[in-house]
Amino acid sequence: MSAPASSAWRVETRTRAATGFSVFAVLLVAIAFAAPFFVSRSLLQDLFLILTMLVLAQNWNLLAGYAGLVSVGQQAFVGFGAYAMFACVSLGGLDPILAVLIAGVAAAMLSVATGFFVFRLQGAYFAIGTWVVAEVVRLVLAQWRALGGGTGTSLPNAAIRDMAAVQWIAEAFSVRSAQAADILTYWLALILCCATIGFIYWLLRTRQGLGLSAVRDNQEAARSVGVDARRIKWAVYVSVAFVTGMAGALIYVQKARISPDAAFSVVDWTAYVIFIVVIGGIGTLEGPIIGVIVFFLLQKTLADYGSWYLLVLGLIGIAIMLFAPRGLWGLFSDRTGIQFFPVRRILKGGPSTDHQGTRGGPHG
Amino acid sequence: MQPVLDISAVNKRFGALTVADAVTFSLAPGEALGIIGPNGAGKSTLFNLITGNLQVDGGRIVFDGTDVTNAPPMQRCLMGIGRTFQIPQPFVKLTVFENLLVAGTFGSRKLEAEVAARCGDILIQTGLIGRANVPAGQLSLLERKRLELARALATNPKVLLLDEIAGGLTEGECAALVGTIRDIHASGISIIWIEHVLHALNSVVERLLVLDFGKVIGMGRPNDIMASKAVREIYLGLDV
Repeated sequence: MSAPASSAWRVETRTRAATGFSVFAVLLVAIAFAAPFFVSRSLLQDLFLILTMLVLAQNWNLLAGYAGLVSVGQQAFVGFGAYAMFACVSLGGLDPILAVLIAGVAAAMLSVATGFFVFRLQGAYFAIGTWVVAEVVRLVLAQWRALGGGTGTSLPNAAIRDMAAVQWIAEAFSVRSAQAADILTYWLALILCCATIGFIYWLLRTRQGLGLSAVRDNQEAARSVGVDARRIKWAVYVSVAFVTGMAGALIYVQKARISPDAAFSVVDWTAYVIFIVVIGGIGTLEGPIIGVIVFFLLQKTLADYGSWYLLVLGLIGIAIMLFAPRGLWGLFSDRTGIQFFPVRRILKGGPSTDHQGTRGGPHG
Repeated sequence: MQPVLDISAVNKRFGALTVADAVTFSLAPGEALGIIGPNGAGKSTLFNLITGNLQVDGGRIVFDGTDVTNAPPMQRCLMGIGRTFQIPQPFVKLTVFENLLVAGTFGSRKLEAEVAARCGDILIQTGLIGRANVPAGQLSLLERKRLELARALATNPKVLLLDEIAGGLTEGECAALVGTIRDIHASGISIIWIEHVLHALNSVVERLLVLDFGKVIGMGRPNDIMASKAVREIYLGLDV
């Protein structure tokens, strides 16, 4: 064996499938931005739902799939973000778009405050702890008379009509302001979704992302090689709350009506989200995208069957956990080796290229 | 010369069980020290106390002239204490190379690009280069043991703690591993090595320390220690 030749090493993360996919992704996002020009209002509302669920799913995936923080209380941040937005708009008279940003900050602050409690718990206790926190936040906000207490309230019509850019969109598309608001919230959901996926992808390719993956696999060993597991988990927990809060606020700008039971629904904002991530494939960026599409198709197909809908959803979830524990994307990726968002650092070159089964290189 | 690691009167109890009883020894720079003792003597616990994975009940641990008795594991790693786990603890979903990359980038606070080449060199040194891009979860026992060693080396340690790294290997595998450890020792890294495979241990270390019920019951040159009556009685279980 020849002597180590340090300069010959190369580290690559690109794959051919990913390069092809990035072209496709840019095209897809461009089409998605143009969608309001050629799709119906009801389809646009469906797309809005898909995009916001995808944002929630990607965030839960980062939290549980990468940081190992299995929370069943993310509805705390959806609901708190939504209520923060309502407070800013109804009581403070702010523009809803600005209120969405403030809602994100409010949710992040809530996560710092509650983090001190839930971070004392591990595993299943952490999961239950987050649920308890969510229930407490719901009960507290249900006491807020100015926002309708337990029965909830609606956004003033004027607030939606006067929202930044709504009038401009209404004129450009020659539609009523309610429809213009749908177009605007759709675009915002699309931006939030792209930003979330872009951010997580960027994070996973950084040094901190590598440390996060190590903590996910083995926290004790990660600490022994110098990774500050605690700090990384805190950073993930707070940034996930920030984005989840914004998503919650945006969802309720579009709904324009809020009640504590709906805004803090564990089924809508956590159970469905977990279903999406688990059937798609936890711990991958592609998984939630596949999952949200499957979830939405199931919802559309089974919408007329009442409670059978939840039953079938549950059965599918169980079947996938049993037969494809890495989800639909995992099943596909294991067979084909294809990754659209490659984060793997592949070592190439060096003095013994032939040992790695890669052709070429200095001694190849 | 100032010792690189100085352990003085370290105590640790788990309830009624004393696992470290006034343990005192020091390690000279570049030295290789072996630790032997029956199962449950407190050997791995001693490592956990040195790395900070466990807190001491009393005593002092000084590393490289700095008191690290209360420092967290992360900080001790950064200062230059590298360790392997008795039961390999790889990052299973990361590749072998990425396992080293984590250790390299966080263990020495450098950028990934700065440590990548060194990680590649360590993979050659430890014979893992052929498995560089394979997820660590797919490795065999020997490869996992080598990965433990490689990952500890990637943190750029001054002192390397090896916990039963030869256990469970065949004769040939063991000989190859001993060769690697000799090379590491020759490069100037101080080593503390817990091992039951005595012939492997004694072919590398300059001094042996015998631990029993958390107490140091003997320390000296391997030949003298193996011949001593106390060791033969307690450790080898012979009636002499």
